[in-house]
Amino acid sequence: MAAELGHFALILAFCLTLPQAFFGLMGAHWRRPHWIALANRAVAGQWVFTLFSFACLSYVFYHNDFSVLYVAQNSNSELPTFYRFAAVWGAHEGSLLLWMLVQATWALGVAAFSGNMPQQMTSRVIGVLGVISAGFALFILLTSNPFLRLWPAAPDGRDLNPLLQDPALAIHPPMLYIGYVGFSVPFAFAVAAMLEGKLDSLWARWVRPWATVAWMFLTCGIALGSWWAYYELGWGGWWFWDPVENASFMPWLIGTALIHSLAVTEKRGLFKSWTLLLSITAFSLSLLGTFLVRSGVIESVHAFASDPGRGLFILAFLCVCVGGALGLYAWRAPLFRSNAGFAPVSRESFLLFNNILLVAATVVILIGTTYPMFMDAFGLDKVSVGPPYFEAMFLVPMLPMVFLLAPGMHAAWKKASFESIKKTLGVLLVVALVLALAVSVGAYGWNSVMTIVGLTAAFWVAGASLVDPINRWRNGHSLPASIIGMSVAHFGLALFIIGATTVESYKKETDLSLKPGQTTEHAGFEFTMTKLEDVAGPNYQAVQSEVVITRNGKQVAVVHPQKRVYRVQKNAMTEAGIDAHWHRDLFVAMGEPLGGDAWSLRLQYKPMVRFIWFGAAIMALGGLIAICDRRYRKRVTVDESAAAAAGAKTA
Amino acid sequence: MLKYLLPIGLFTVLAGFLYFGLGRDKQTLPSPLIGKSAPIFELARLDDPSKSFSNSELAGKPYVVNVWGSWCVGCRQEHGALLEIARRGEVPIVGLNYRDDRDQALNWLQQLGDPYVVSAFDDEGRAGIDWGVYGAPETFLIGANGKVLKKHVAPITVEIWEQEFVPLLPQAKAGSP
Amino acid sequence: MKQLFLAAILTFFGLQAFAIDTAPAFEDPALQARYERLARELRCLQCRSETIADSNAQLAADLRRQLRELMAAGKSDEEIKTYMTDRYGDYVLYKPPVTGRTLLLWAAPALLVIGGVIVAVIVISRKSKLPDTDPADPGLGAS
Repeated sequence: MAAELGHFALILAFCLTLPQAFFGLMGAHWRRPHWIALANRAVAGQWVFTLFSFACLSYVFYHNDFSVLYVAQNSNSELPTFYRFAAVWGAHEGSLLLWMLVQATWALGVAAFSGNMPQQMTSRVIGVLGVISAGFALFILLTSNPFLRLWPAAPDGRDLNPLLQDPALAIHPPMLYIGYVGFSVPFAFAVAAMLEGKLDSLWARWVRPWATVAWMFLTCGIALGSWWAYYELGWGGWWFWDPVENASFMPWLIGTALIHSLAVTEKRGLFKSWTLLLSITAFSLSLLGTFLVRSGVIESVHAFASDPGRGLFILAFLCVCVGGALGLYAWRAPLFRSNAGFAPVSRESFLLFNNILLVAATVVILIGTTYPMFMDAFGLDKVSVGPPYFEAMFLVPMLPMVFLLAPGMHAAWKKASFESIKKTLGVLLVVALVLALAVSVGAYGWNSVMTIVGLTAAFWVAGASLVDPINRWRNGHSLPASIIGMSVAHFGLALFIIGATTVESYKKETDLSLKPGQTTEHAGFEFTMTKLEDVAGPNYQAVQSEVVITRNGKQVAVVHPQKRVYRVQKNAMTEAGIDAHWHRDLFVAMGEPLGGDAWSLRLQYKPMVRFIWFGAAIMALGGLIAICDRRYRKRVTVDESAAAAAGAKTA
Repeated sequence: MLKYLLPIGLFTVLAGFLYFGLGRDKQTLPSPLIGKSAPIFELARLDDPSKSFSNSELAGKPYVVNVWGSWCVGCRQEHGALLEIARRGEVPIVGLNYRDDRDQALNWLQQLGDPYVVSAFDDEGRAGIDWGVYGAPETFLIGANGKVLKKHVAPITVEIWEQEFVPLLPQAKAGSP
Repeated sequence: MKQLFLAAILTFFGLQAFAIDTAPAFEDPALQARYERLARELRCLQCRSETIADSNAQLAADLRRQLRELMAAGKSDEEIKTYMTDRYGDYVLYKPPVTGRTLLLWAAPALLVIGGVIVAVIVISRKSKLPDTDPADPGLGAS
């Protein structure tokens, strides 16, 4: 019963996306306030029904209703309750319903928080969001329905993929989706501005918090995925440049460019075309990512569904949304040319380079990810493009960008003079170099020039990002949230770079065989396997070993890696034993039993690896702080703003 | 002015490629061996470990090599087709028993029938690597001149044999491409 | 019971994303490092999205063995890669070879950055000649 109710609710939700789209867009176009009000009601209604539909799906999972095909494919009676809920979005159909729910929630958010913006604009935004929701609803109803029944009902389910039975992986998709879908809001704002034929700095002020929140969630979602892969997959890697990972990273890079470009449009009324294009591209890349993962076009260990039929639908949807928006861009963008300029050395210049280099990096990743497909389409050899390519090529645009970041942060608008700051920056650069040498050569030993370069850049950015807040605080100047947020976010980036550079330069791993009672040495630590025992979990059976780690005779840690076999799907999974510290991880993973109680083990020493995710978290925190800035909560009307800007001096 | 058309232009190109990419078969790898001389293997015979067999013994005549294993579900699926192809007697089929257990493999042939003139026992998979085997079952057609004319990955059917292999038989028999 | 369970683990192939090398490592650490690097550059053709270093598949183990034997026989990196591509095609290399066909792939990053810098220079030179502010939209200024 619940499945049918859920299905029906979804149909109703779809029906409501249509008036949302129609009345939202036409109500603004023909200036009919009644229609606009109807659109707002449609948003609320659509959200309610989507939520109900999602709740029904959760209900059937919770109650182990194996007469629902999707539940039978992704759950099991022995699956712990928490993961029964996570299983709702564990595969293609359910994850799309989650997407729809997140999409509806964002639309509701726009409708609710649009007090400061003209109704004309928000109505169009809601209309565009309605079109997007309609597309997804249709996609689910026509090709990917999670409510299909299975008669006769399965006695039990196929179980959730054991890889997904993990708390981090339970929240990773929702976080990612909030990010992906969140970029539909700037996208909708861009389309709205193009339809209206008006794009000004006030528009940028409205859009900026929305873009920043989406970016924050995407940052967290990607970091969670990376962290999960590290401790769950057993090989200690944190990024594999897998097509699906790239599909999440590309919108992030463009999103980063977007929030910076929005800053220029807000403050100076410049970069309008850039901002417009970036707004469109960020969400387009989200949609492209969805396409890549679900159509079978690209091989990936993450790929959800390899169904060309579904792929065709998404591709068509992609063409309508992205093609439509870019067509609008070709038509309207010339309208938005600004007649103002800036000096060659100025904040605008730096941010121009920022935009360009981030876009270049995104294109590099796009080319690398789709190249195999291009080659195949032309009937040429199949090639593989993997980590060796991406790791090297990604740095080509990114390294210059990181070095431009430290001076860029201190460049003034319109015309920058580095007179007052260049000594400080110079000193910080030298300090950074010294620190880099101390950390690398001093603490770990020489690795390569790139290690020094990477660490120097990171330390320089870290130092530079603290200069402004500290100066302001010391001189009693105002320290608005936006400045703090910017510094925190850049500092977080520096931490990330320190983590990534150090761990990749100095990690040590080894494979060996060990049995209870044996000790081995690795990276300056001694590892002793003390025992091996059987352990039973709720839906798995495991062999657990206890490994004691010592250094110079003193005990450092005791870890308990496991090798699990999940009873239903019968996959073997490794649960690594990790001793985590702020400055290094020790990682022990069990491989295969070698006979006579001996097991093959992989031991890894990972210095500074936690900084990777800690840095990402700090970046997201910076974003959060920035949107708390007072100016987003002030109600600014169009007239007030023009007067203020005309009279005020821009810093 | 033109620069504003660039984004939609690029997108159209991308969309075109994606559309193309949809229909393609992702699983099959093209074989670099086509047109080259078939790798020579010399392995113990499956039925008699004391005797060895090498495909060089078949030089001057076309033959088919079928990579199989008793552990392989697809091989079971295609077995009937192989028996039929063997029955037609156009070309001899040599089996390459890949990464298998000798007893289990012999049992399998006994239960299901043996379409092979002989099966070579490649338990370590070394010959498989030379032939670029990545997923059994795989079927190769070798010409009389020793060159690889065709490779088919996945279970073979009589239709596939008739549509894709049989047309190549004259070329295979002629001995020169 | 433990026997049965061990048998279960040994028999069933896992979804785990890495393989542990049970063969002894090379005595020479430089050689071992080279082996590990090469293993990371070769794709496992059974578990397509993994390197032979990480994959659990039988073919990956076989190819690792082959790699080890080739290295022990003194073959160079080039020779080893050619050995693999002769049998499996360019697809087996995770680092695509620099050929005419992959030229665009390898040149793209540098070209993009250079192109980007040129665009930036053009835009900046144009913008530096324009007045400070556009009266139509002077911007909202600093916070």
